[in-house]
Amino acid sequence: MSSTTTAPRSSVPQAFKLRVRRYDPESGQAAYWDEHEIELEGHRSVLEGILQAKNRFDGSIGIRCSCRQAICGSCGVRINGEPALACHTHLDEAIKSAKDGVIEIEPMGNMPVIKDLIVDMDAVHWKKVRRVTPWLIAKQPVPEREYIVDRESMVDVTQTMACIQCGACVSDCLAMEVDPGFIGPAALAKAYRFVGDPRDDARHVRLNDLSQDPQGIYDCTHCFKCVEACPKDVNPMGQIMRLRRIAGSDEQIVDVNNGHRHEEAFTTLIRDYGLLHEAELLPRSYGGDSWFGKFHPAAGKELLSSLPAIVKAVVKGKVSPTKAIFGHKIAKRDLDSVKRIYERVEGKPQRYELNLYIVGEDE
Amino acid sequence: MKVAYWPGCVSRGFTPELHGSMAKVAPLLDIELVELDRGNCCGAGVIAEHNQELADTLNARTFALAQQVEGAELMMNICSTCQGAQTECQERLDANAQYRAHVNETLSSDGLTYEKGLTNKNFLWLLVEEIGLDTLASKVRRPLTNLKVGPFYGCYIVRPRNRLGIDDEHPRDHYMERLIEALGGTVIEYAGMRKCCGFPIITMNKDASLKQAGTHLGDAMDAEADCLVTPCPLCHLNLDLQQPLAAKVVARKLEMPVLHLPQLVGLALGLDPKDLGLSRHVVKPTSVIDWSTSVVASAA
Ligand code: SF4
Ligand code: SF4
Ligand code: FES
Repeated sequence: MSSTTTAPRSSVPQAFKLRVRRYDPESGQAAYWDEHEIELEGHRSVLEGILQAKNRFDGSIGIRCSCRQAICGSCGVRINGEPALACHTHLDEAIKSAKDGVIEIEPMGNMPVIKDLIVDMDAVHWKKVRRVTPWLIAKQPVPEREYIVDRESMVDVTQTMACIQCGACVSDCLAMEVDPGFIGPAALAKAYRFVGDPRDDARHVRLNDLSQDPQGIYDCTHCFKCVEACPKDVNPMGQIMRLRRIAGSDEQIVDVNNGHRHEEAFTTLIRDYGLLHEAELLPRSYGGDSWFGKFHPAAGKELLSSLPAIVKAVVKGKVSPTKAIFGHKIAKRDLDSVKRIYERVEGKPQRYELNLYIVGEDE
Repeated sequence: MKVAYWPGCVSRGFTPELHGSMAKVAPLLDIELVELDRGNCCGAGVIAEHNQELADTLNARTFALAQQVEGAELMMNICSTCQGAQTECQERLDANAQYRAHVNETLSSDGLTYEKGLTNKNFLWLLVEEIGLDTLASKVRRPLTNLKVGPFYGCYIVRPRNRLGIDDEHPRDHYMERLIEALGGTVIEYAGMRKCCGFPIITMNKDASLKQAGTHLGDAMDAEADCLVTPCPLCHLNLDLQQPLAAKVVARKLEMPVLHLPQLVGLALGLDPKDLGLSRHVVKPTSVIDWSTSVVASAA
């Protein structure tokens, strides 16, 4: 929109203070903060601010960028502690979340710093993306001309196609923070890109691989950080849940991490009780049908190591022994109504999934 | 005010002191709790992982029951995970009339219908937005003077911001700090206050799970908190019940009492720590109890 038709939001350059995290691992010096005052209109981007500081005051500030319009994914940083694309964040927006009137810019997390705001995407992000075989394994025979697929089936993967590989989700992933080997949000969203593609021939192999890997789909701690971080609304966590759903329910993959068993156990417990029966969840997750049933021998040790927590809860009077063993239930007529819901929904020939990214809100 | 009250499963299972303390605190705040004892588990995101429509329908059932409570202004929950899981389902139900009709069809044989637009607020949101912190402060009998409290929110109640209605006008991800101050306490900020407790992966990757809990507890200790407070009973399981194991995983001594939100409010409103179920925690809230005894002593 031209500035003659709309009142310009902030046509007068203003002063903004930037605090930039500086670090050069080769220098042997510890990281430190640098402050610069730049002058730009409020609607200009934080990236432009950094570039001005670089041009005017210190050419050695390290920042990676290219497109400057939220397409190439190279300018991912943390602004006031939150992951963002520097080129896609207005200065007047950034100043609002600044704690002390200074816009704080740091490199992304979970990846080693190469210099200042530049992180090693190769060592972490790209390595993980390569881990999921990020290309189509074509069904045979390959058609002579293009593949024809119906529109609906491709719409399903468009959300993951919106990813620009900026690494913002990786930067903030809380599972990766404690378990750096976790495949992580961006790569798993990419995995769904192919698992959901009807032309791909490796669905089962891919899902089996990602389920059995202790650092695969069941290592995600469901923290929504990646959902919040993503500038393109890819919803990586949602894609991971879809991978789990297809792996467990459609491909019947029972993984060694108890991931699928846990999901099954939880779901059937609610069908049987209407409420969560915590103590019963453990043995069922580890592969048995109850404390009195048998469970997967390999899981025995795991299960036993959970026992002290339960015993402690009983000793502390948190739960009565009866409640710990038999759980709590809702009244019979309500339980029947819950069961009916299960029968009806699970009895449908096909699962139905409303994806608001695709259908939008109708009201 | 009258609310359709959803206590969740865990508050009636492994953390009964939460449900119990809520029941004690409510009358002091003129909240009338009409318990939704016919409601069902929110699914904690796990049922949605299994089948989204199933989770949406189950929650629509609870919502419909809440809407039947006569005179209730809104539905109130006391669990971050319920708040997040239910709001996710409600977002889909409210966004699309056709889908809502489809889900209601399943509920129809039980004579239930969910109507778009239910208000479902965690006790924390209700305290700040409905009761108001000034009113709350005026009811404080035992101000939390000198008590250093670290908030622990739980992921489900702070992310994603849009879905949860967190914005400049409703900084719901900062309400706990405001609340602690309104009760006269000192807020301790520490790195993990809005991070994950690790509970969702406790059966899948116990080490990673407990490392999360242990790290946040350790950070809170380093920040010299006397205790933590959380609106999430699932976080409470990992932070309190599992604290001894978490200590082993992070190889440090941990001694950090974790209070449920209504317990902290109850203390400030003058209730007895014992009545609030504080003795039922795995980590003895000695610092909190010592503090409350000293307050009582000085008052005498
Ligand atoms: S939801 Fe899962 S993948 Fe996303 S940031 Fe959290 S742990 Fe990582
Ligand atoms: S999923 Fe989103 S945040 Fe993650 S790399 Fe892709 S675009 Fe960036
Ligand atoms: S410079 Fe390309 S996304 Fe920011």
